[in-house]
Parts: sequence; structure tokens; C-alpha cells
Amino acid sequence: MSKIIKDFKNIKYGPAPEDSSEVIEWISKLPSPNFHFINGKWQKPLSKKNLYSINPATNKKLFKLSVGSKSDIDRAVKAAKIAFPLWSNKKPFERSRYLYSLARLIQKHSRFLSVLETIDNGKPIRETRDIDIPLVARHFYYHAGWCEKLENQSNKSIGVIGQIIPWNFPLLMLSWKIAPAIACGNTVVLKPAEFTSLTALFFAELCQKANIPNGVVNIVTGDGSTGEKLVNHKLVNKIAFTGSTAVGKKIISSTSNTNKKLTMELGGKSPFIVYEDADLDSAVEGVVDAIWFNQGQVCCAGSRLLVQESIEKKFIKKLKNRMEKLRVGNPLDKSVDIGAIVAPVQLKKIDKLVKQGVKDGANLWQPSWSCPSEGLFYPPTLFTNVAPASLISQVEIFGPVLTTLTFRTPSESVSLANNTPYGLAASLWTENINLAMDIAPKINSGVVWVNSTNLFDASCGFGGYKESGFGREGGEEGIRAYVKNDLPVRKILNYKIKKSSIKLPRIDRTPKLYIGGKQKRPDGGYSFPVFDINNKNFICDVSRSNRKDVRDCVEMASKIKEKKITNFNRSQILYYIAENLERREKNFVDLIVALRGVPASLARNVFSLSCERIFYYAAMADKFEGQIHNPPMRGLTMALKERIGVIAIILNDHDPLLSLVTCMGAAFSTGNAQIIIPGEKTSLLATELYQVLDTSDVPGGYINILTAKEGELNQTLSKHENVDGIWYFGGLGQERTDIIKNSISNIKRCWCPDDKRIDWTNSKGSFLKEFLHQSTQVKNIWIPYGE
Amino acid sequence: MLKKKSLKLDIDWINNIRVNLSAVERRTSTLTKRRTVKKEYQVAWLLRSISLLDLTTLEGDDTLGKVEKLCAKGLSPISSEILNKLNIPYGTIHVGAICVYHDLVAHAKKILNGKLPIAVVSTGFPAGLSSFNTRKNEIVNSIKDGADEIDIVINRSLVLRNEWNKLYNEIRDFKHIAKGKKLKAILGVGDLGTLRNVAKSSLVAMMAGADFIKTSTGKEKTNANLNNSLVMMRMIREFYENTGKKIGFKPAGGISTAKDVLNYLMLMYEELGKAWIDPELFRIGASRLLIDIERQLYHYALGRYATSDKIAIS
Repeated sequence: MSKIIKDFKNIKYGPAPEDSSEVIEWISKLPSPNFHFINGKWQKPLSKKNLYSINPATNKKLFKLSVGSKSDIDRAVKAAKIAFPLWSNKKPFERSRYLYSLARLIQKHSRFLSVLETIDNGKPIRETRDIDIPLVARHFYYHAGWCEKLENQSNKSIGVIGQIIPWNFPLLMLSWKIAPAIACGNTVVLKPAEFTSLTALFFAELCQKANIPNGVVNIVTGDGSTGEKLVNHKLVNKIAFTGSTAVGKKIISSTSNTNKKLTMELGGKSPFIVYEDADLDSAVEGVVDAIWFNQGQVCCAGSRLLVQESIEKKFIKKLKNRMEKLRVGNPLDKSVDIGAIVAPVQLKKIDKLVKQGVKDGANLWQPSWSCPSEGLFYPPTLFTNVAPASLISQVEIFGPVLTTLTFRTPSESVSLANNTPYGLAASLWTENINLAMDIAPKINSGVVWVNSTNLFDASCGFGGYKESGFGREGGEEGIRAYVKNDLPVRKILNYKIKKSSIKLPRIDRTPKLYIGGKQKRPDGGYSFPVFDINNKNFICDVSRSNRKDVRDCVEMASKIKEKKITNFNRSQILYYIAENLERREKNFVDLIVALRGVPASLARNVFSLSCERIFYYAAMADKFEGQIHNPPMRGLTMALKERIGVIAIILNDHDPLLSLVTCMGAAFSTGNAQIIIPGEKTSLLATELYQVLDTSDVPGGYINILTAKEGELNQTLSKHENVDGIWYFGGLGQERTDIIKNSISNIKRCWCPDDKRIDWTNSKGSFLKEFLHQSTQVKNIWIPYGE
Repeated sequence: MLKKKSLKLDIDWINNIRVNLSAVERRTSTLTKRRTVKKEYQVAWLLRSISLLDLTTLEGDDTLGKVEKLCAKGLSPISSEILNKLNIPYGTIHVGAICVYHDLVAHAKKILNGKLPIAVVSTGFPAGLSSFNTRKNEIVNSIKDGADEIDIVINRSLVLRNEWNKLYNEIRDFKHIAKGKKLKAILGVGDLGTLRNVAKSSLVAMMAGADFIKTSTGKEKTNANLNNSLVMMRMIREFYENTGKKIGFKPAGGISTAKDVLNYLMLMYEELGKAWIDPELFRIGASRLLIDIERQLYHYALGRYATSDKIAIS
């Protein structure tokens, strides 16, 4: 008689392993090292470099991985380049059929893929089977639908997309990258993470089965060096990267002198906030899903528990009891909650950080049971009594480690939540809808989950604020990342005034800086002269701002973050600006003629178009709205379009008035504070404008104008970490490269169109809306409901 | 025998209860996929579940004959063929109790002769809307006839009107009359409208001295499910943490497959711990369930699925 059965009064869990024989057999048949999937075929690596990939559950070698070289990447990119015209010109319905086939094939092989992913990555089969793989299929279904939807829009494909994905959700990240990219008509070269390439290789087999045309999907395995080759390949039009903030910054830097587009989904240190009126038992389960999901190796893991002081003791007690019940072990076992850490190097990193936490005086708590000794396991870990300044509460640990802080009031919870350079996700728990709806917009992160955590769906955008990156994956906002949004350009005409017929005002002008709603003399006490277009007639001297003016200006602009004026308010102000501007037609037309040399009739046209443009953005202030997504759950997801914050706008002398009012209108319409640096030679137009602003009730700090010699402020502005976004219209060149590189320290939202000949007179919706998109970032707030 | 006194009614505690439906659903839907038991472990769990069964018949056509069959099945719930294969001595496994209407208590007592506890449904089962005196007298009479456990129904209208005081007094009075017999308070969760009401009435019942809280009569449109069970289990845990008193849980109604019962056991195991997997603290009210459990055991023991004709009915 079985001892287990005999002892039935003392029940316990036994082993419940998922069968892996079929998968093991498939792995054993792989060439050693593996081939790359290029141009629809398996191609022998050109590189000689190899690595061993391990099974984290056993820490034993799994297979020999080929590290793709420059020539491997080159082959793949060229195949993608050749495939692009055909693929992007296919009827959307046709592309849609291919995506549908992939979705179906993934479903048909779902268990195989789950087991393969678990063996390769170490995450529990429960997760791969119930979360990863179903979401992968969902992504292909959803984006199959987008092909059709895109047909009626004027979007164009970008070209060859280089995609670099992490090891924490190998196939899921692949689907987040490939599905929208190929749906929009692009072709891709994807490099899976060096620890986890197997599901990508199997996916390539599915691509063959689905008859995806050769070259549309290419997969080259390798490590960071392979990724670097992909990032730097000349024929790649866009890089989509998910990974660490450090590597993300490197990629931004190394592409800064190109016109490659970027999507960056980077690290996080996401807060998990529990208010005293939450369903505490459910919130405890939330913590489990937040930080012990995928061993805590999740970019949006709720790794910082913020709990209201009044319930701290009770909550921590409940949490510890719950932690005792977690099961760590063989990830193929169906009753395991926490699997293995992906690689020895990651395990070491976690261990080191935890030890540092203990050293720094935080209280460490781990359950009484111990982890299996074989394989790469780490127990769920809770830190209490953690100082906000300590290393463990600031850096991304990327492991099953939770730190705890307490707060007293909702506003303190917001301050603590935002006290991090990251801004990926947040989870907040309260049964009070007023509190939830008040807090969610105040947290600077791309995703907020109300009474839930780690929810994902293809229909909802995912992506970060601040140093967690930019660009979205999923939803309509995710589609934007894979279609062209180039601005219209036209030839710049060089005018000369034939006969200097301008009568300049007799009384000296004293254009000052416009900072915080006040006219200010420049700190340095210097000015520079402005001449007419012929460079002959001196018009007047203009203030020359320096570093300190920038500092003061950013400080004033940052203050608006604490206030909010309604969109109706902003709309009225913009209308009023247009009204007051129109009355000064003569001033502006004379100035445009003098500074640009255009005929008066053309200047009048530009002036009238400028008024029209301000009207447009006045109208859009309350019409450029968010969306409600409907993921498959009882609940909804609000995709809010939120302002960027402080945007520095660096203009050039080309079409000075129209470019100025376009940028200003869009940035103000969406609620940003802005610092406008007009082109040096046309500074006077901007200073003339602040007179209009002064009489139009623009609240101080929203619109600021600094005049300077060309390029003089670029460095200070692009380095200032309180500037959240920077627009530069000077086109490709060293200046642009430097601005992008300087922006990296706080990952500003950089918008630096590569062509400086923008046709500002274009009045198409797609052009004007682009400015609104660039002034906003999308936050998805998930609100499951039900009583 | 359990001897729990009533506690004072703590209105603040009741008013502070929060339950988030979506989060509760997430817990129950993921838990059943986070845990599984296979092979001999599953057999052990199923055998354990048999000892937790309140084998029930609560039909209008119940007769003495029906109760005789029920008692027989309760005493030997598994066929000797299966027991032999599993190497379990005959007679070591029996259900937790049998559960009947008052009219059949005396007959059951005669048959069982103390070998199994007899639970009786009482106090105006199933609606609980008879006169208070009638309901009280039912308890007195059933004890006289030999009932060991009293499954009372609460007056759901008191919950819907948030009359916690009245509800508390009612249950406390029943407790007093039941004189130390195990008192199971049936909340009729399907009538309570929200999970918050389920949680609050659970608390009131425990404060008033119920030894068990039970989901439902089996006659409501919604009976036991994992969501309302989870909420009740969590209240039991909270009550234990605050008072040190262990209260039992009894889901009833609609639990008819071995897979179902394993889910309840796992939920209990995870939320309340192994100590609660015991007939003193955990009962499962069911009538058809045993047949399916036996089929699963048959399959394990004999390596094939059984025709229903080979499973003895109760």
C-alpha cells in the first residue's frame, strides 16, 4: 500500500511534472550550434563564436548557441530590405491572413511552446501555459485585425525594423515586437536574448509553416555584440528594444547621429500602493502577482510596496503568512509558484543586492522553508524598515525581492511612488473610486493598475514614462510606433529684399526674455544684434540668455506640474491669443518681411495661417482625447493622453512665425510648459509674440521664451534633467546628435526630425496632430470592476 | 465537543470589511491552475475529502428507505473492490456526517447508532422565514430526536437590511438553544447580493457563536462557488487572527465532481492551512459528489474508467 495513500489524513502536494519528452527531443535535434533564420531559410552561422544556453532549473547545458556576427546580421538585414517593398505593398487583407495563420499555429502548439519556454527560461509552466503563450496568440490575432484597420488610413510602413528582446518573456516579447511590425508592412530582424532563444527558433519554424514570405521575419541569435551590430546597421530604419535602461541609453546614444526611429521599453521600480480601505487579503494576492510573478524578473514588477501606516502591521503579517505558502521549485511542476532564476549571473546580482540591503540596515524576511539546492533558485524575500535612500529601494533588483515603505496620506503615497527615475507601472489598491481616480493620473508611469497588477493585453498600450523608456506596445498607441510619421518638407526659398522699404520704428525696442509670465532682463546682461534679411539694416539688439536664464526658466516651467488648468481653459486662452495676435497684423507682417525678405502678400498669408493654426490647437485642447480600450475582462482600460511636462522647443529661422505658433499651440493645448528658443535671426518675432501672450491671460510659466545666439542654449537645455522633452528642428548634424546624447541622462522625449525643411504651411490633420502626439504620452489605467 | 461562547457584536469590524470582486475572482481562477495533485497524492486527497462529506439528502420525496441507503453509503462509501486494490482495510473510511430533514433524524439515529454524526437542517430551512418560535422549537425537537449537528438558516432579509444586531441576536439565541451541539449557520449566499454581504454575515455569525459557517441550502439559484467560499474562508481566518477561535467552513450545493472537491480542498489548504482540513473544521455538503469521487478512485485502482452501474448509489 502506498505510504501516501495510507497517510491520507495528512495530505500534501506531490510532484506534478509536465511531460517534456517531445520538447527535449526537438532540442536534441537542433544543429549545434543553431542556425539563423534568414530569408525564410535556416542558414549556417558565418560567425565562429558560440555560447552555451542552460536550463536554469538544473543549471546544466541545454544547447550550443550561435552568436551572430556582423556578417550574419548583414545577411539578415539585407534579406529584410529586399523583402520590404513586396511585403509593404501587399494588400492588408493578405498580410492579415499571414498573421492569422501565426496566431492559429501558436495555439496549435501552445503546450509545446509553454514547455519549451519553461525549460529555456526557468519560469513556471503555470505562467507560460496560462499567461505567456495565450497572450502571444492574442497579439497575433489582434494585430491581424490591424492590417485591415490600417487600410483606410494614410499610414506608411517604415522599412526594416531591428528588434532586440529580453529573456524574461522570450516569446511574448517576440510577439509584442513582430506582430505589430509586420502587420504595418515592415520587415524585421529579431535578436532574441542570449539566455533564451529556443522559442524564437521554434517560432521561425511556424513562420515557415505559415508561408510567411522570405525575408519578412529574420531571426539571428546572439548576445549583446550581435545586438550592437543590428543597432548600427545602416539599412535598419528603426530599433525596437526591450531591456535594461543602461543598454537602452547606449542604443539611443549610438543611433543619435542617424535618423533611425526608436522604441525603448526599459527598466522599472514600480510602486505597489495599498491604502487602508483596500481589500487587504486581495491586495496580498496582488503582491504575489506583482513581485513573485516570473521570479520578479519583470520590468513592471511591483517591487516597492508602499503601505499606509495604519494598516502596515496587519498587512505585513498577512503577507508573511502568504509567503510561507509559496512553492519554489522545478518550473515544470504544475504546482510551483516560483521557478528558477534565468542565469547564474542574475542570481549573483540578486544575492549581492540583498546582502547590501541587509548591510544597509533593512530587515530581511524569508519564509521558513528552503529552496531546492540544485538549479538556480532564490526564495521570495521581503524587506521592511527600508530607507527610501537605500540602494535596494532605488535600483531595479529584477528578482523576487520586495521592499516596503509606509506612508500616511494619499499625497505622501504619490510623492513616494514618483520618487524614482523610472516610470513604468504602478498598482494601487483601494475600494474608494474617488481615491483611485485621483491618484492614478498623479503617478508618473505609463501603466496604472487599479486593484490589480501585471495585466497585459494586445489592445492596451504598454510602455514607460521617464527613464522607463518611450513608445508604446499594444493598442492604437502601439501601432504609431510602426508606421511612418515623417513631416512634410518643402524647398526653402532664399529671399532678398530688393529695396529696403521697411520703415523701422524710431523708438528703440527692448526685447527681453519671457520667463514665468514676466519680462526679464538676461542674467548675463549681454545682447546680440538682429539685422534684416539682407544683413545690412540693424533692427535692434536682443537679449542673449545664458545658462542661468535657462535654469530660472526651467524652474518656473517646472512649477506648473503642481497645477493644472482645464482643457477648456487652455482652449479659451489659445483663442484669445489668436484674437490678440490678429490685431497686431501690421507689426508681424512688417517683421516677417524684414527678417525673411518675403513679399508682403506672402507674409500676410503666413500671418493669417498662423491665426488659423492657433485656432486649430485651441479647438484641439478639448478634442485630442484619450481612448477606452476593451481588453477581454470585466473592466476597462483608460488610455489617457497626458502632457509630457516641460518641453524645450528649439526652432530655426525657417518660417519663423508659423513654426513658432504651431509648436506653441500644440504644446500649450495639451497642457505642457514650454521653453521656446526661436531662431537667432528671427528672435524678434518671438519677443513680439510675448506681448500678445501677456495680454492673453496665459498663466505664468506655461510659455517661456529665451532668445540666444544659434545653438548657444542647446547643451544646457538638453542636459537639464527637469526638462522632460526636447524638440529640435535643425535637422541632421552634430548639434542634433549632441542634443540627443545630452538628453540621455533622464531620457527626454526627443523629437528631432531629420529634415529641417519642414513645410509648416501644411494644414493636414496628420501633420498638425503629430505635434499633439509629440506633446503627450499615453497612460493606460486598468480598472477591473464588479460588485 | 466544541464549546464556543458568543462574542460581543463588533459593528466597527463589520463595517470595515472590504471585498473586491475582481481580485477575488482572479485568486480563485488562478489558484485552481497553480495547484494540482496527481496519482497517489490525488487518491489521498480524494480519500480525505470523503471524510469531510456531509452526505446529504434534502428532497421532498425523502423516505425512510432513502435514508437507509444514505446511511449505508455513508458508512461504506467506497466499494470493497476498490478498497482492496488500494489496500485500505474495509471500514476505515466513512463520510463526515449524514445530513437530513428533521423528520428522518430518528430513523437515521436508529440505523447509525452513533457510528456517524447526524446533521439536521433546521430553523425554517430553506428560507428561514418561519416564526421565530417555530424555528427555535425545530432545534429543540431535532436534538430530542438525536441530531448531533444543527444546520440553521439565517434570515437573509436581515442581511439585506443590514440589521446586524437582529441577525446576531437570532443566531446567538439558536446557539443557546442548541446546547453545545455543533451549530452550522447557513448564510444563503445566493440571496445576499454581494460578496461584501457574504463577508459581513460570516463575521456576524461567528461573533454570535456559530461553529461552522455554511454557504447555502442548495436551494438558492447560486450556491457554493469558489468565490463566495474564498470570502468566507478569509473571514474565518481573520476571525481566528483576531480572537484565536477556529471556526469551520461548509460549502454546499452544486459540488458534484472530484475535480470540484479538490479545488475546494486546495483553496482551504492554501487560505486556512492544513489544520482546517479536518472534519471538525471542514465539511462539504453534497449528495451526488461521492459517486464521482468513487469513479476516480476506481480509475486509479483498476486503470480504467467505470460504468456508472458499478458504483453503488446512495
